[in-house]
Amino acid sequence: MMIVPCPWCGPRNVSEFRFAGETRVRPDPDTATPEQWRRYLYVHSNPAGWTRESWYHGAGCRRYFSVERHTTSHEIRTVGADQ
Amino acid sequence: MSMHKSAGDTGRMRLAPQPGEVIDRDHTISFGWNGSQYPAHPGDTIISALAAAGERVFSRSYKYHRPRGVLTASYLDPGCTVQVGDEPNVRGAHRLVEAGMDVRSQNTWPSLRFDVKAVNGLAGRFLSAGFYYKTFIKPERLWPAYEKVLRRFVHAGEVFPDTPRGYYDKRFAHPDVLVAGAGPAGMAAAVAAARAGAEVMLVEEEHHLGGHLRWGDKADLALLAELTGLVANTPGIEVLTDSVVIGRYDDNWVGVVQRNLPNVTERLIKARAKTLVVAPGLVERPYVFEGNDIPGVMLATAARRLINLYAVKPGQRAVVFTANTEGDAAVADLERVGVDVVRVEDARRGGRLIRAHGRTNLRAVEFACSSRVDCDLLVTATGWTAPTSLLNMSGHDAAYAPGAARFLPDQSRLPPGVLAAGGITGDGRSDQLVAHGDAVGQEAARRAGASGADTALLPALAVPEHPQLFRAHTHGMVDFSEDVSSKDLHAAVKEGYDSVELAKRYTTATMGAAQGKLETVNTVAIVAEASGRTVAATGSTTWRPPYAPVTLGALAGRSLEPVRHSPMQAWHDAHRAVPLVAGQWIRPEHYGDPDAEVRAVRSGVGIIDVTPIGKLDLRGPDVPKLLNLLYVNKWSKLDVGRVRYGVMCAEDGVVLDDGVTGRLGAEHYLMSTTSSGAATVWEWVENWLQTEHPDWQVHVTPVTTAYASINVAGPRSRELIGRLGTDIDLDPEAFPYLHVRTGTVLGVAGCVLWRIGFTGELSYELHVPAGHGLHVWERLLTDGADLGATAFGVEGQRILRLEKGHFIVGQDTDGLTQAYTAGLDWAVKLDKVDFAGKTELKWQRERANHPRLVGVQPVDVEVVPPEASQILLGGQIAGRITSSRMSPTLGRAICLAQVDPRLARPGTRLRVRLPDGTDIAAEVTEHQAHFDPEGARQRV
Repeated sequence: MMIVPCPWCGPRNVSEFRFAGETRVRPDPDTATPEQWRRYLYVHSNPAGWTRESWYHGAGCRRYFSVERHTTSHEIRTVGADQ
Repeated sequence: MSMHKSAGDTGRMRLAPQPGEVIDRDHTISFGWNGSQYPAHPGDTIISALAAAGERVFSRSYKYHRPRGVLTASYLDPGCTVQVGDEPNVRGAHRLVEAGMDVRSQNTWPSLRFDVKAVNGLAGRFLSAGFYYKTFIKPERLWPAYEKVLRRFVHAGEVFPDTPRGYYDKRFAHPDVLVAGAGPAGMAAAVAAARAGAEVMLVEEEHHLGGHLRWGDKADLALLAELTGLVANTPGIEVLTDSVVIGRYDDNWVGVVQRNLPNVTERLIKARAKTLVVAPGLVERPYVFEGNDIPGVMLATAARRLINLYAVKPGQRAVVFTANTEGDAAVADLERVGVDVVRVEDARRGGRLIRAHGRTNLRAVEFACSSRVDCDLLVTATGWTAPTSLLNMSGHDAAYAPGAARFLPDQSRLPPGVLAAGGITGDGRSDQLVAHGDAVGQEAARRAGASGADTALLPALAVPEHPQLFRAHTHGMVDFSEDVSSKDLHAAVKEGYDSVELAKRYTTATMGAAQGKLETVNTVAIVAEASGRTVAATGSTTWRPPYAPVTLGALAGRSLEPVRHSPMQAWHDAHRAVPLVAGQWIRPEHYGDPDAEVRAVRSGVGIIDVTPIGKLDLRGPDVPKLLNLLYVNKWSKLDVGRVRYGVMCAEDGVVLDDGVTGRLGAEHYLMSTTSSGAATVWEWVENWLQTEHPDWQVHVTPVTTAYASINVAGPRSRELIGRLGTDIDLDPEAFPYLHVRTGTVLGVAGCVLWRIGFTGELSYELHVPAGHGLHVWERLLTDGADLGATAFGVEGQRILRLEKGHFIVGQDTDGLTQAYTAGLDWAVKLDKVDFAGKTELKWQRERANHPRLVGVQPVDVEVVPPEASQILLGGQIAGRITSSRMSPTLGRAICLAQVDPRLARPGTRLRVRLPDGTDIAAEVTEHQAHFDPEGARQRV
């Protein structure tokens, strides 16, 4: 079981968190084309390497935050509040 | 059966006392084997006791039902799996004998000695490589017959459905250093780490510490005594014997199954170790040749374990095929205890073995040039397997070292939290293994951050030459658990399964109970020889958890699922509420007669416990912005004291949740959600506030369980609330429909009362501070007795809402139901600047080809089509019934359904197919509501 370093609570078991997905930028809903919008909804880059993603500490501080995680080693770096 | 104090004779193969023996000769106990009584000494395993009595056949093999005896004399021994009472698949060479045990052999119908299934051996071609994928498949209609026959062949013990549930539990541990394996290196590592200040957990799979020292010579036994003393006397070491590390997961999350506890069948320890030291030693590898599974053929370690640990003579007349010092030591042990060693064939000097002869017992061994020696024991010592399982799970694939004829790990490629110690990394004398363990233990403590540890240089153990011996010129068993021979592997490669991972799956080699520890290297070597590659180029199969077989009980543990009850649960229980499991909540489904509950609501007044409804207290100047963003409808102009129904959609336009939100004060709102959506909506709200609009000033507090929530519904509800006594003006002019008030009810301050109508009747949803919930609930029923006040449950509420045509999120909608499908055209405000789901809903409306949620009534008023019944159009599925009930109010069947837009017009005739295949006619109604579509009853 991975350890996720919560910026507010410190290192905790991953079971305390919910994975909130790859960090994506929400397109402008008024101008987005269906292709852009569905790319935002459904298409994830899923690299074998570093990826930026959001986690939600549901069993702790209940904060969303961003991390960079290496998908093959689970190494996590640059933790910050998700804004 | 009691234990007798006697030094009784426990069998013709029992030897005089041995220096390292673990049996208690002062006591003799008795146990059953296939119905006969056998003697044993405490400390004997089931198999050692039987072997002492001269028994040699303990099971029949998986496919061919060949007789099997001792191979490893350890936990792994594939031929020693037995049934003990109602416990199947017990490792007989590991499990200690207890007085009165009822031990039976498995899968030997009709008997262990006379076994008609051995004809499988003759019919072997039907069970050849990949037979799972080829045989007994066609014709399909014969499968029931095949199944009946195959069931008799199943290689497993018997499970009894009424076996009492054992007590299994779980424990969390946070050792600084966890040492897997307590041989000389593991023990030394544990002591060194503890001395450096680390908290250490030392886990040993066997019943005693010591590893191979236990069946060694005098010097080994002296070292064993010294190390055992050190472990016992060094503070900070928790010793777990008869326990096994089953897996290593991310960030050194280590699973340990502990077996030898009083009153606990098994315990699963979930340990977060700062450093994991992997010190499992080596597993001796069987040699592949014709007859290598005949009872009487065993590994050198097995012979030495039988002699030195249990004082059991493994045979009378022995041949030893040796390629290493373990084989030489076995020769010495055998000669010492009087076994007639008739031939030692030394592979290091070119010695070769051809085949073994015999059926239920070894009769002879054949060497090159057809020379043949009669014997009843063949001991092989042809090499080692490094059980690198835990290292593989740490992300490191060990590489094959041809000179050493085994896979070797590379410490520098392991993650910093994992170290390997002792025999798995190389060879050495016992003192060298101890020195290696000592250095690794110090380094483990240092990496765990324990004080007092200096940087240790990790010494490397030497890796001496070892001949590469995998298979003789004849074919034999490779996987003893799964009955896969080298012939099968050759056939698999010939059929094109030439990758070791494919050959493994095709033949099931390495997939049996020994988890690959006995057969992986031979499998790789034989796939290599069959495909003309080197072992190194062929690679290894992936070692996955678990390292050792785990019982389902250990994984399940005790059932500790938390449930949630409302403060009124005691009353529900006392009034025979039928429980309904709704997520974590236990709610009353009904109190015996849901139809009567419905009639009480329509005619008088009913009360329902709706405590699980999600409640979020929202405060701050920017709440209206949040509501506008999350709901599809408009919220800018909600006055204080007003309540509005709202629907939330996800970003794909699919209905996520619904509920009402009321404005309690200038900057104070109370949002309600569905019961099952409470947690989701809370996260959804937080997500938008934290990630998209952190500048908005909104504070969210979940208050679901802070309030007991009671819906008081029915034409007499106003009268009933008034009787309780309240400072809230209930006059319909002062407190109309879709308004909210706060105040004191029945002397309880801080209540929230809102007028809403899920049931379609005049109704008040009363939220009282949770501690007063039961008090208010009971007074509603007693004070309202003459009004017909009746408690109703979730089923009654479902009927009431269906009569009104209100949809339930997740019942009448699903993961594809966008807002316009649910008939929410009136609510969706596409002229808002933005809201969650707006984009998709805009496109949905433009396409206009979506299914519609409509009211449906079967023509035959008595027929209630079950939910999910299909609606057909021209032979195609064109919709389904999403909700259906018999309406006590209307006396007819009523439904909601999602239908193709071509079928959505009121009055359309529908063909509904029932589960039994018959079709009925039904009609789309004017409104979703079947009863009071104008909503007159709720506005009074």
